[in-house]
Amino acid sequence: MSVKDRMSGNEAVAYAIKQVNPDVMPAFPITPSTEIPQLVSSYIANNEMDTEFIPVESEHSSMSATIGAEAAGARSLTATSSCGLALMWEELLLAASNRMPCVLALVNRTLSGPININCDHSDAMGARDTGWIQIFAESNQEAYDNFIQAYPIAEDPRVHLPVMICQDGFITSHAVMNIELNEDNEVKEFVGEYKPEEFLLNNNKPIAIGPYAISSYVMEARKAQEEAMENSKEVIIEVAKRYKERFGRGFELFEEYRLDDADYIMVIMGSAAGTAKQAVDDLREKGMKVGVLKIRVFRPFPAEELAKALSNAKGIAIMERTESYNGHGGPLCAELRAALYENKVFTNVVCYTYGLGGRDFTVDHVYEVFEEVKDVTENGKKVTQHRYINLRTNKA
Amino acid sequence: MRTDISKINEATPYEELTEGLITFAGGTARDFHTGEWRTDTPVFDKEACKQCLLCAPACPDGCIPVKDSKREDFDYDHCKGCGICAKVCPFNAIKMVEGSEPK
Amino acid sequence: MNSENIEIRWHGRGGQGAKTAALLLADVCFKTGAYVQGFPEYGPERMGAPITAFNRISKNEIRVHSNIYTPDIVMVVDESLIHSVDVTSGLKDDGAVIVNTPESVEEVRKLLNGYKGRIYTIDARKISTEALGKNFPNSPMLAAAVAVSKVMERDQFIKEMRASYEHKFAKKPEVIEGNMKALTMTFDALEEVL
Repeated sequence: MSVKDRMSGNEAVAYAIKQVNPDVMPAFPITPSTEIPQLVSSYIANNEMDTEFIPVESEHSSMSATIGAEAAGARSLTATSSCGLALMWEELLLAASNRMPCVLALVNRTLSGPININCDHSDAMGARDTGWIQIFAESNQEAYDNFIQAYPIAEDPRVHLPVMICQDGFITSHAVMNIELNEDNEVKEFVGEYKPEEFLLNNNKPIAIGPYAISSYVMEARKAQEEAMENSKEVIIEVAKRYKERFGRGFELFEEYRLDDADYIMVIMGSAAGTAKQAVDDLREKGMKVGVLKIRVFRPFPAEELAKALSNAKGIAIMERTESYNGHGGPLCAELRAALYENKVFTNVVCYTYGLGGRDFTVDHVYEVFEEVKDVTENGKKVTQHRYINLRTNKA
Repeated sequence: MRTDISKINEATPYEELTEGLITFAGGTARDFHTGEWRTDTPVFDKEACKQCLLCAPACPDGCIPVKDSKREDFDYDHCKGCGICAKVCPFNAIKMVEGSEPK
Repeated sequence: MNSENIEIRWHGRGGQGAKTAALLLADVCFKTGAYVQGFPEYGPERMGAPITAFNRISKNEIRVHSNIYTPDIVMVVDESLIHSVDVTSGLKDDGAVIVNTPESVEEVRKLLNGYKGRIYTIDARKISTEALGKNFPNSPMLAAAVAVSKVMERDQFIKEMRASYEHKFAKKPEVIEGNMKALTMTFDALEEVL
């Protein structure tokens, strides 16, 4: 039985944390994720959960303490945004390479500069190669659902990798919307007790975690870690299936919205996917065959699956919510185009940059993008790749 | 996932390494005979030693065993021959000799 | 105005509670079984800086996550904003703007860039001071938003708000009646002109 409620995205994730009741949460506040540790602290103070909360002096410390607690044998997590994630950089890599199944609730905010508190994906994208599984949410509901699936994915013996649950700062984190919550006991049952096979505080079976590796071991360790990331794909799908059976809401690696006969497809992540879906419905009513492919799992990158889902499109718009400063677009564009090429899907692809530093992205922008991709495909219109949407410019 | 790590070596394929290179054992340094690295060797002169025990805590590798408040001879399996013990000894009871063997 | 899907934009100053009012409106509309969305847009995060907040109230699931550019209702929590912010920008002709001011509708109309739709004024400061003894324009503005948008019936609104205040002010029950009075005074004042 689900309970209908209304909550912001931050409240939803904090509520999920309360229901999962992990063992340890070290955290340091940063906008727009501050409410998550704040609400969890309140739940603890009110005896609604018994997680050990550690107020630390920086995000470098919060991730270090999360790894330390996880290695000790405790189910651990933290939350952060933007510069906080950047300050964790070194530890993010260690969490993954030490195969720690901990969880990070990331509330996406742009990285400086110029300094700004609003949403884009530059924080998560900066951490895309740190070995973390990255799952993005369109709404408060998905942030909640994804969080509950995080530990079952991370702790699966085929995976043993950390999971980053991402939602868009302010856009979903601070927007109150309807939500369906699961019953406490059902969440507890779904996530289960954490019983690590090996942990540092087991004095009967001493182990050492994170030893120095000479060159003759490093590549082998990396390959094994990479393989775990590949394996996580099937685990993510299995967990989502189990989640759907239990709670009714289904998930895949990505969502295909009205793709069946779509000529033009927009590939997008996060909250803007909802706006794109609305625009697709509007355009469909006018007879335009369009669809949205919403990427939920960015790491591992579902390259082959994406290429297959896009193989019949006449034109594809790839929407990037970060800037890579390389003259060749951002990570989603680069990786998706490589995936298409590798799988011999040769079609018109236009990459766009949108929504940096909280710049609004509306249904009108979606219409504009679809019109342009159609023009490129049907009339061979020349376009500038990586064009910024909704940018003030002197250029025509 | 627990593995006998004594069977892991530089020829082990990646599939058989431990997850995250976790070391599934305690006190494994004992099995690793760093004494083989030695080029100079400390020699203990039992007669000259006053059992002041300044040497034992100074050894970076814990190679001067102490039993019943008295130091014993060097643990040559692990002594790397750094010579710190000889420097700290106020009674010239430790001499460094060339080579890996105490002569 | 499409009663299936109402969009409201709030203009206020940081610290005045425009965001809180938007969230309270989402909260109370949720109780009617509607799909709701209430969210702020932050500028420089300072007390006194102009801020905007938004509501979508719909019979259908809400998926759009952008700001609102063509609202049905505009709420102006601080009248001084009329001089610096184009509050009626994009406001639908069959919509309405509600301004917290002691001035008359005619006076306000002169300042609203020729907006031709409905304009309502509510002296939230006076109501709040009378009802609560303090200037908290939130409750009167919330009541005004409900009265004009008709997102729910007055009786249901009053009932839900009492429950909400009883929960929110469990430790300060002395302010509940004052807030309830502010709501009914606002409804009474607006019902005369609606």
